Amino acid sequence: MAEQKFSLSVCVCVCVCVCVCMCVCVWAVRAMMCGCGRDDFQEELVIRPLHSGDIYASFQFRTVWETDFMRGNKVSHYRLFPKSLGQVISKFSVRELHISFTQGYWRTMQWGQPFQPSPPGAELWVWFQDSVTDVDGTWKELTNVLSGIFCASLNFIDSTNTVQPSASFKPLGIGNETDHRFLRYATLPREIVCTENLTPWKKLLPCGSKAGLAVLLKSEKLFHSSFHSQAVHIRPVCQDWQCKTTSWELRQTLNVVFDLHNSAQGKREWSLFKMFSRTLTEACPLASSSKIYIDITDNPQGEQFEVSPATPLLSQAVVLGDRRTFSVYDLTQQITFGTVRSLNLLIRWKSSDMLRPLLHAERYVAGYGLQTGEIHTLMYNNHPYRSFPVLLLDSVPWYLRLYIHTLTVTSKGKDNKPSYIHYQPSKDRLRPHLLEMLVQLPPNSVTEVTVQFERALLKWTEYTPDPNHGFYVGSSVISSLVPSIVAMDTNSTRERPLFSSFFPCKEESSYFVRVYTEPLLVNLPTPDFSMPYNVICLTCTVVAVGYGSLYNLLTRSFQIEEPSPGLAKRIANIIRKMRGVPPL
Amino acid sequence: MGLLSDPNRRRALISLLTRLNSPICVVCYMAGVAWFMGLAFEPFTLRTYMSENAMGSTMVEERFPAGERALTTGREFSAHKKKAGGMPVDWLVKTMQARGLEVFTQRFSRKLPFPDENKERYMVKGTNVYGILRAPRAPRTEALVLSAPCTPGDSNNQAVGLLLGLAQYFRNQIYWAKDIIFLVNEHDLIGMQAWLEGYHHTNTTGMDWSPLQGRGGSIQAALSLELSSDVITSMDLVLEGLNGQLPNLDLANLFYAFCQKIGVLCTIQGKLQRNDWDSVSGYSHSVQTMMLMVMKQASGRPWGDHGLFLRYHIEAASIKGINSFRQYKTDVTTIGRLLEGMYRKLNNLLERLHQSYFFYLMPSLSHFVSIGYYMPAFGLLAVILLLRALDLWVQLVSSPGVLSVLTPLVISHLTGVALYTLPIQFQEMAVEQFPVSETEAVVLTAIGYNVFLFIYIGWRVLKLVAVLYLAVLLGCTALINFSLGFILALTLVPVAAFVTPHVPKVLSAFILVILSPACTLLFSVFFFQELQELPVSFQEGWLLYLSVISQGILDHFLYGSLVYPLIALLVYPCWLLFWNILFWK
Repeated sequence: MAEQKFSLSVCVCVCVCVCVCMCVCVWAVRAMMCGCGRDDFQEELVIRPLHSGDIYASFQFRTVWETDFMRGNKVSHYRLFPKSLGQVISKFSVRELHISFTQGYWRTMQWGQPFQPSPPGAELWVWFQDSVTDVDGTWKELTNVLSGIFCASLNFIDSTNTVQPSASFKPLGIGNETDHRFLRYATLPREIVCTENLTPWKKLLPCGSKAGLAVLLKSEKLFHSSFHSQAVHIRPVCQDWQCKTTSWELRQTLNVVFDLHNSAQGKREWSLFKMFSRTLTEACPLASSSKIYIDITDNPQGEQFEVSPATPLLSQAVVLGDRRTFSVYDLTQQITFGTVRSLNLLIRWKSSDMLRPLLHAERYVAGYGLQTGEIHTLMYNNHPYRSFPVLLLDSVPWYLRLYIHTLTVTSKGKDNKPSYIHYQPSKDRLRPHLLEMLVQLPPNSVTEVTVQFERALLKWTEYTPDPNHGFYVGSSVISSLVPSIVAMDTNSTRERPLFSSFFPCKEESSYFVRVYTEPLLVNLPTPDFSMPYNVICLTCTVVAVGYGSLYNLLTRSFQIEEPSPGLAKRIANIIRKMRGVPPL
Repeated sequence: MGLLSDPNRRRALISLLTRLNSPICVVCYMAGVAWFMGLAFEPFTLRTYMSENAMGSTMVEERFPAGERALTTGREFSAHKKKAGGMPVDWLVKTMQARGLEVFTQRFSRKLPFPDENKERYMVKGTNVYGILRAPRAPRTEALVLSAPCTPGDSNNQAVGLLLGLAQYFRNQIYWAKDIIFLVNEHDLIGMQAWLEGYHHTNTTGMDWSPLQGRGGSIQAALSLELSSDVITSMDLVLEGLNGQLPNLDLANLFYAFCQKIGVLCTIQGKLQRNDWDSVSGYSHSVQTMMLMVMKQASGRPWGDHGLFLRYHIEAASIKGINSFRQYKTDVTTIGRLLEGMYRKLNNLLERLHQSYFFYLMPSLSHFVSIGYYMPAFGLLAVILLLRALDLWVQLVSSPGVLSVLTPLVISHLTGVALYTLPIQFQEMAVEQFPVSETEAVVLTAIGYNVFLFIYIGWRVLKLVAVLYLAVLLGCTALINFSLGFILALTLVPVAAFVTPHVPKVLSAFILVILSPACTLLFSVFFFQELQELPVSFQEGWLLYLSVISQGILDHFLYGSLVYPLIALLVYPCWLLFWNILFWK
């Protein structure tokens, strides 16, 4: 044991030495690697105290690499970019890949908009290169490979839960190809996210969880929270404002919300240690920038809000249509860690107001009984005077048979005619329903979309092992350009905090928001599986014995038929007839 | 079946059945009653056991500490209730928000078809307040409900206090996998109906309610809490819901298991469990308990706020605290721990409660009678009808025209329709014309006319049709609500069996009236009071009877109970057919 400890400490020493060396050498290495493509790694943590007293921490790790996976000769030398993902990109000709694992539901009304929205469970959407001929086959293979990389049940993605949205999921990176034949989208609302998904995700980071912000990602704390979401986004981006060459961007994001009552005993007082049970001692040596942002916008008066240690650095960014002010801690500066060589941020606030989210949505199943039902989707536009259009995407499994003629869209009690509807009916056991529509939400209104459905009776082998739990219907996706209060920054190549540059912004007056509704749990008519043997025996007996003989009795008439008399009897009868006596 | 396909043997069998028809019928009737009475005998019943594995093997430790604080909250609630003169909505919203719940309100209003004199209400307006405890890292797909009614007067304040106390305690725990909805409903069942309809966005009874703002997905189970004193002697479990529907037996098992574990006295139908099953008094005790359950189930009304959940396939029960001045006392902390344990086990559920029985009777909390055991009792009664029908069929020489019985069938059903619609239509007129109260007016219009029909057709055909009709009717009723089917069979089967035009008219008419559905209800009222050890005089009983009828009609219009339409539209016309046979000329 002691020996191990010793060797471990030696290892750590060596590591640290190596890290320091690398820090020193980073410029040299960079200069050397210029020829075969520069790469760059940035890490960032945003902490936002929430109106409800909870606290929201959002990690972003960005690796950008000037390389071309699609070139004929294979890329074989990897430095910061994870090789496993690089090989996936080149093997499957992926142009864009977005995968997220989420445990919990983002409470928009309490927490505002998240930096990166994601639905409960797993979500995967991929744009393939237009050189791919068999998209469905490649998609199937890709999901199986990703399933291995992330230790998740992504192999359950098949044609019955994959759709090709026509408008809702446009490429986030550069590229003009928007033919949705090359897009695949699937969700697994039932996927449970836990440590085994976190570990492979952390391994993709250049520093792993050894140094930098990733030190804080300890599963015992991350899963002691109200919301946990981790994601990987790969997309091609411009290198500079001229956009002559492209590079690949890998963004790993992790969002977590800690609960006021469960984790902080009801006190609005948070520290890094309280949240993650770790403090920070250094930045990732491979990172070109490593920063912590603390949102202090909602608390302009100092007496209400306290951050220690204080920092002179302030930054302003326009994010989600609002100009926010942040305190910035630069971890690459030694001074940040102070004399104790460790950073344990402390945030204390009394109360704060929240900007009411302009767009939010909810969904539920109405009705009772196991035959029919109705899906209600409510979309709230809280803007006082501006209406804006939203794209609603619904992907419903085939075993809920939608009656599309019952589709109604109403806002403020009036019929609201969608300007665009894309509906693809389901095929039993092959593909789900896909419903996409463009709806204009009037200002300060609730728009209700209802559609009735019938619950199908499955074949007995198609039920899950726990059929009485119910069957999941994935979240609806609402994508929208929401009017912004302040002018948005449309220059995508300018140096900005990572959290404010995820969705590309084309106009100054509006910003892009994606809202997910809650998934639905629907009970289907379920046979009693607890006694299949009894049921089979009884049914067979009833059919064989009861039905058979009853049918016999009902359809035939029974009469006694005398056997034809023998010769002696016939003669005797003739004699009796002659005698005038009745025959035998 | 071989027996029936041989014409000789078939003939012999039929002649045997026709010859011995009456004795066999009598034997069947006796056997049916005896079987039913035997159900309460403990050696013939099964012990209850937990079928659901998710709730069975896992250990749960109860730690709810704050009973005293809950009582204080209850007193605060009572003060605010008094000040507000009803539901203290603002206070409840603030208190629930302070406990970290997402709080929503729902307004509702309902105009009753006629004034309810028992609860003195006609135009009902109210507000439900509910707070949702969001389970950490759960996607809002499943929920549990804990409800406490806000009743006028001094009762049930402790229940609301405990509900708020539990909300506070539950909020600080990390282990919840399902959202928990804490609901305080005003105007008991009407508020509950409004909330459930709002939650499921249905409108079955024409109530006005404002749409709900927050939901927690599909509700897996619900408990309704009624508690009116600081200390109690025992907890009573109420299972009977709308139309005689019962929750899954595992919910009762769960309650019983935790009462045993924590050491709380528990009762069902207000009756304690006894161990002396072999003594006469012990047996009569369990017969009483079972009969109370049968009477309550047959009434088809929800016997607690839980009763309305069952329609939505949500397993629910009411838990009532009883304080009967015994020595054994339980404080609120213990009840809180009981509920905590139950909710933690329900939280562990992976699937809806479905493993155990949905059709059962309980002669005590630890024993139950499943559908397989009680159905033969009804079957023995129903077979009498089939035997009589066979007898009549054999006696019919030529095959009769079915159309000939159409007239009496139509006329008796029209009177049934009249009985169904007139009480509500004419109650206003009756109140204006005569010095009677509203309730009496309704009831008197309902029972005021017994139409004498004289239609001249072959009585055998009519009786054959009537007997088969009754058999089908009772069979279907017993499948849905065994108790109702059994009680109706108990009274209507003898009538159906003996009525012919040749029996003494006056005596038979008297028996027919005595065994009519209306008189059955009257006897049931007295019998029920007797079982509850609250005997009433005839005068009080009559008043009670009238109010029971008006309650039945109200239950139908407010919650969609089916007993009143069943009696008025189907059973009463059927009885009229027999009346017709008696006076056939």
